[in-house]
Amino acid sequence: MVSYWNSYLFIFLFLVLGLLLPIGAIMVIGPLLRPKNPTPEKLTTYESGVEPFGEAHVRYNVRYYLFALMFVAFDVEVMFLYPWAVTFDSLGLFGLVEMLIFLGLLAIGLIYAWKKKVLEWK
Amino acid sequence: MADFFSWVDKPLDTHAVLNMIIGAVVILAFILGVVTYSIYFQRKLIGWMQWRIGPNRVGPLGLLQTIADVLKLLIKEDVVPEKADRNIFLIAPILAFFPSFMVLAVIPFSANHVFTAYSNVGVLYYIALSAMTIIGVVLGGWASNNKYSLIGGMRSAAQMISYEVPLAMSILGVVLMAGSMNLVNIVEAQISFPYVWYIVPQFLGFCVFIISATAELSRTPFDLPEAESELVSGYNTEYSGFRFAFFYLAEYVYLFAMSGLGATLYFGGWSGPFLPGWIWFGIKVTCFIFFFFWLQATMPRIRTDQLLTFAWKVLIPLSIVNLVLTAVLKYLLH
Repeated sequence: MVSYWNSYLFIFLFLVLGLLLPIGAIMVIGPLLRPKNPTPEKLTTYESGVEPFGEAHVRYNVRYYLFALMFVAFDVEVMFLYPWAVTFDSLGLFGLVEMLIFLGLLAIGLIYAWKKKVLEWK
Repeated sequence: MADFFSWVDKPLDTHAVLNMIIGAVVILAFILGVVTYSIYFQRKLIGWMQWRIGPNRVGPLGLLQTIADVLKLLIKEDVVPEKADRNIFLIAPILAFFPSFMVLAVIPFSANHVFTAYSNVGVLYYIALSAMTIIGVVLGGWASNNKYSLIGGMRSAAQMISYEVPLAMSILGVVLMAGSMNLVNIVEAQISFPYVWYIVPQFLGFCVFIISATAELSRTPFDLPEAESELVSGYNTEYSGFRFAFFYLAEYVYLFAMSGLGATLYFGGWSGPFLPGWIWFGIKVTCFIFFFFWLQATMPRIRTDQLLTFAWKVLIPLSIVNLVLTAVLKYLLH
């Protein structure tokens, strides 16, 4: 008899340890060992040795945003495919045809984006 | 022995909880050792491939080199640039690191589940959590207020999310064949009838998987986010000391986790004749890690404009084809 409560408690322990290690090392042990001697020169932003000009919080290429939108659409659809894959055997022909239609729509979406030149990087 | 330390099928009492804590702490210590020596292995291996010797001064054969590096990082000053967005800058390495350790909870290291959570959504859990590291990387790059970091962070995000889709889709082929998202069940499906590792029926899926995995790990030839020669290591340019160390650590923990995932999904995880399960698992994972380092010594870096179009125009159509083929064949053969 396998207990799922045990497994999720185990995962929770991983969360706790995964947070404790960096917090402990950076905020508890670190300050005892490392020097703290900030000077104005040290605190300037690195820019290959020249005086940094302007802010880095600027507008950036809109292409990144398009890829993010594409990702949201496709990743959600992939997540829908997972439960289907697990229950494939019990769904039979119905499940297969339904999912082929779904994948067809996914492919049409991809072809549409391709034709609209969303996938080009210029 | 294994039965004494197991907790997965025990009632939830003090003994079981203690065993869980022991299991989790052992994995933490183990993964720190693995990361230390995979960095040493990488430097030594690439050294040999380039006809150099690699690290050989600190300790016998240079075995203590990485430990010396970690100690050096621990006593370095923690510089926070004046113009940085202070709070976000400080928490970004923690956000990047903790999911990398959490994903290890579902990787089955051996046949007895002392160190593995028995989760029915194992694969989904891995994909969902590994995506959280992107948030840490983007925030770190943005909060540094440095132009290199911003470009590095943006490139990382675009690359990781683009390759996430073919990665998830190629794994879908394996889930379809095994009929389960539980990584333990996926291994068990490979060692029962028809006794074949999924690398054989899922070869196309495996090709997509290994390419996407290389890109997800930002390893050569997909190491554009940290391209040393143009971006001065990208999103972690402004980080120093242990904050930098945790970004670096997350990267190598993922290297191990992704190798473990690949070995579990396509090479039968702990299964193999004669030797105990965890040794087989170790051999398979080492082969994966060797492969990633080998690529690093061999391949040049690809261009930005080739990077994303390759994911969307080649890998995603291929993974859809792989999925349809698997589904139709599975239906016809039943």
